[in-house]
Parts: sequence; C-alpha cells; structure tokens
Amino acid sequence: MQAAIELKHISHSFKDKEVLKDIQLEVKKGEIFGLLGPSGAGKTTLINIITGQLSATKGDCFLEGTDSRKLTGEQYRRIGVMMDHFGLYERMSCFDNLKFYEMIDGKGTGEIAQVLKRVGLADAGRKSVSKLSKGMRNRLSFARAILRSPDILFLDEPTSGLDPVTTEEIHRMILAEKEKGTTIFLTTHNMHEAAKLCDNIALLNEGEIVEYGNPEALCRKYNKIQKFRLHLKNGEEMELRQENAQIEMLAAYLRNGEVETLHTSEPDLESIFMELTGGTLNQ
Amino acid sequence: MIYHIFAVLWKQLKDTLKNKAILIQFIMFPGLTIVMEKAVEIPGMQEHFFANLFAVMYVGMAPLTAMSTIIAEEKEKNTLRVLQMCNVNAFEYLVGNAIYILAICMLGSSVIGLVGGYRGKELLVFMLIMLVGHIISTLAGGAIGVWSSNQMTATSMTVPLMLVFSFLPMLAFFNENIAKVAKFFYSGQLYSMVNSLSAFEVRTETVLILGGNLLVIAICFALAYQKAFEKR
Repeated sequence: MQAAIELKHISHSFKDKEVLKDIQLEVKKGEIFGLLGPSGAGKTTLINIITGQLSATKGDCFLEGTDSRKLTGEQYRRIGVMMDHFGLYERMSCFDNLKFYEMIDGKGTGEIAQVLKRVGLADAGRKSVSKLSKGMRNRLSFARAILRSPDILFLDEPTSGLDPVTTEEIHRMILAEKEKGTTIFLTTHNMHEAAKLCDNIALLNEGEIVEYGNPEALCRKYNKIQKFRLHLKNGEEMELRQENAQIEMLAAYLRNGEVETLHTSEPDLESIFMELTGGTLNQ
Repeated sequence: MIYHIFAVLWKQLKDTLKNKAILIQFIMFPGLTIVMEKAVEIPGMQEHFFANLFAVMYVGMAPLTAMSTIIAEEKEKNTLRVLQMCNVNAFEYLVGNAIYILAICMLGSSVIGLVGGYRGKELLVFMLIMLVGHIISTLAGGAIGVWSSNQMTATSMTVPLMLVFSFLPMLAFFNENIAKVAKFFYSGQLYSMVNSLSAFEVRTETVLILGGNLLVIAICFALAYQKAFEKR
C-alpha cells in the first residue's frame, strides 16, 4: 500500500544552520503518527516541508505519491493543517471564519454547524474570535482543519498550553478523525499525548530522528532493567529490580499477603529520549 | 479563481464592518465633505472647494492606508499563510482586496462628488479622475503591505507617504514653491484636474506625470511582491 507521507533523505538549512539532517520517514495511511521532540528540534520545519510551504534544501517529500513541491489545488483540498501560528480572523465570528474557507473551495457543504458542534463550539458560532479563550481558538483551528474532511491532517502541537479538560477534548476529536480513516501527522513534546494517541512515533532531536516505532514497543525495547513497583498494606512503597534476591523478596511479600498493589515499571518515552540524547522533551 | 477572489471580497466586507480603523478611513472624508459643504460658506470661496480638497485627500489616504493595513495585518497574524495553504494565490488575494477597496472608495467618491455639486458629465469626469487616483494609491498601499512584515512597519511607511500625497496639493494652494514640487505627484495632478473640471482637458504633462507615478509605484509593488510571495 502506498504511504500517505514519504520523506526521503530530507535535509534543510536556514543560512548556515542545518535544522533537519537526512530525515527518512514513512507514515502509513490511516495511522496517527507522532513526531516528538523538544522546542527547536525541527518539527514545524518538517511540517512546512511536507505541506509544501517550504522547499527542503535536500531530499524529496511525497504526499500520497505526489512531490510536496508540486501539490495541486485539489491535493491541497485533501489536506487539513492546524498550526499554532496559523491565525484566525479575530473580528469575524467562528461561523464566518469557517464559511470563508468553505467559500474558497467554491462549494457550500452546509456542514459548518455540524463541524462546530463536533468541536464543542455550537453555542459560540456567532461569537467573535477575539472573545474566545485559547482552548476555544484551538478547537476552532481544529474545526477549520477538518472542515474539508481531509485525507491527511497535520496537527502542530495541538494541545500546547491547554488545560487538561480541553486537552482531553482535543484528543477525543483526534481519535474521532482517525476512526474516519484520516491519516494524522502530529507533532508534540508531550510524551503522554504521543503514547496515548499515536500508532507510531519518531523522536526528533537537533534535526535528526534518533528513534522510530510503536510507543509501546519502544518502551518494551528500552526496558532493559525490569522493575516492579509495590505498595504494601502497611503504606510502604518500594521498587524491586528483576534480580534473584529482590524477586525472592517480592515472592515473600506476595506469599504473606502484604501487597496491596503491584505494577511493572517500564521506561516511558521521556526516559527513552533522555537515554538517547541526554536531554528532555520539555526543553 | 473567481470564487477565490469572491471569497476574499466577502471576507473583507465582513471584516471591515467591525474594523473601525479601516472603516473610518472610508467614511471620514465623504463625511467631512458633507459637513463642510453644508455648514461653511465663505464669500469668494472657490466653487466645489471642500469637495475638491477632500476628494484629493481621500485619494491620498483611504486606499493607501486600507490596502497596506489589511495586507500587513494578514501577514502579521499569519492568516495569509493559511490562504496560501488553501491555494489562494497572491494575485487572487491582491485582486480581491483591490476590487473591494476600489469599490468602497468609489462609493465614497460619489458621495463627495454629489455633495460637491457635480452632476452629469462633470460628475462622470470627476469619478474617472478619482478612479485613476484610487488605482495608483491602492497599488502603493499594496506595495507597502506586501513589503511590510507587520502592521507597525506598514504604518511607519504609510504615514509619511500618506502625508505627502494628501497634504501636498493643499499646501501647494498656499505656497508657490510647494506647488512646484507637488505637481510631480499624482495627487497634485489630480487636484489640478478636479479644479478645472468645467474646462477639462487631458494635457501631455498630466499624462506623463500620472504614468510616471504609476510606473514607479508598479515597480515598487513588483519588487515587494517578488520579495514576499515568490521567495520560499
């Protein structure tokens, strides 16, 4: 099956600074792909290249088989983009903001009210964008991105700076889009978001992909020292390693019925990133 | 292409109704003309004095400011990037805005002309002169808007030009030396033309100056356009 997005040896420099180095990636149709990396890693630059807003210094990028530098109007119609720096018309209402983009396509889908309802803005349709909270603006940006029922959706840090409730709502909307068969390319520096939503992730650091794979599989791969976290009935908490002496201790606690909760302790994406790069995702 | 231009027009209409900074540019001089023509009467005052004066100030100010502000705001707020992603090209976007601004300014000019007492052929010639002026000003505003990366830069470039285009013809009325300079600007020529509407004739000097102004502004626009839209 043809990949939805294919990057071949992409490198990009701004003046003398190389911000992307020989990126090779493939995003399958219908999957949620997460690009994880700290601020300044090159995530937004990569989205700009994939969506044809920027020409890579080296390499090729293909969107459903078409060179991203040669995307036609029809192909652009099948792409939805939500980027933090993509503005909305502040003085216009939520409804009019969406109507404008519908008019650009030259066809009224009559789905604006439906889309606003889906993103939880049904009651704010007539409200000016300038009166919306950051969470509501993000939802409106998301609504604009999904208005054309895109085949591929690009979401650049969709939950950055949002409260947990709004973040949860955005996650629900992203998963609903996936259910419809949309391919989603997500950038984030939030490892929990990536682990929760993504089928595959790539860890990007200083313009290089340092790891790629399914989040769970990656966590298992880096689970070199297996650990168990125990909470005993007497309130004590402890962490035991998978070593003979400590396994004996664990067995003893279990035999004596002293264990209240027991969890395996795998590494998370943050610790994997740290192990690979020495840095953190939340830089 | 047509619906891209139509969509930009529709958006401007919706947006401007709530954008006081732009709205005031469109209605200030027609409003002032109504007030001054009706309220002020000075013995010996030149016929159509306020209408002619405000008409030229309107040409030098409204399209220039509106066009530069609208484009610079879109660039600053990154809505222009979204339009590019929606496959609205720079030409469609600029034409959409220019049609909108020209339409509103011509409406304002017709108010100035009618209130000033022009009728029939005189009104038609007056409107044609205004159209030429608005086109040149809109192009100049477009060049500034396209060149500027934000509204602050656009304002700092627009204000001096606006003062020159709008006030030089009026100052030329009081000072001969200024008049010698003012005649080389399109607004200066327009002022001379509207002041001699009853004996209107197209002089070679006027055509050359208007054409020269248009050429210089068009070159500036082309350079700005290339810098902003063609470069990726």
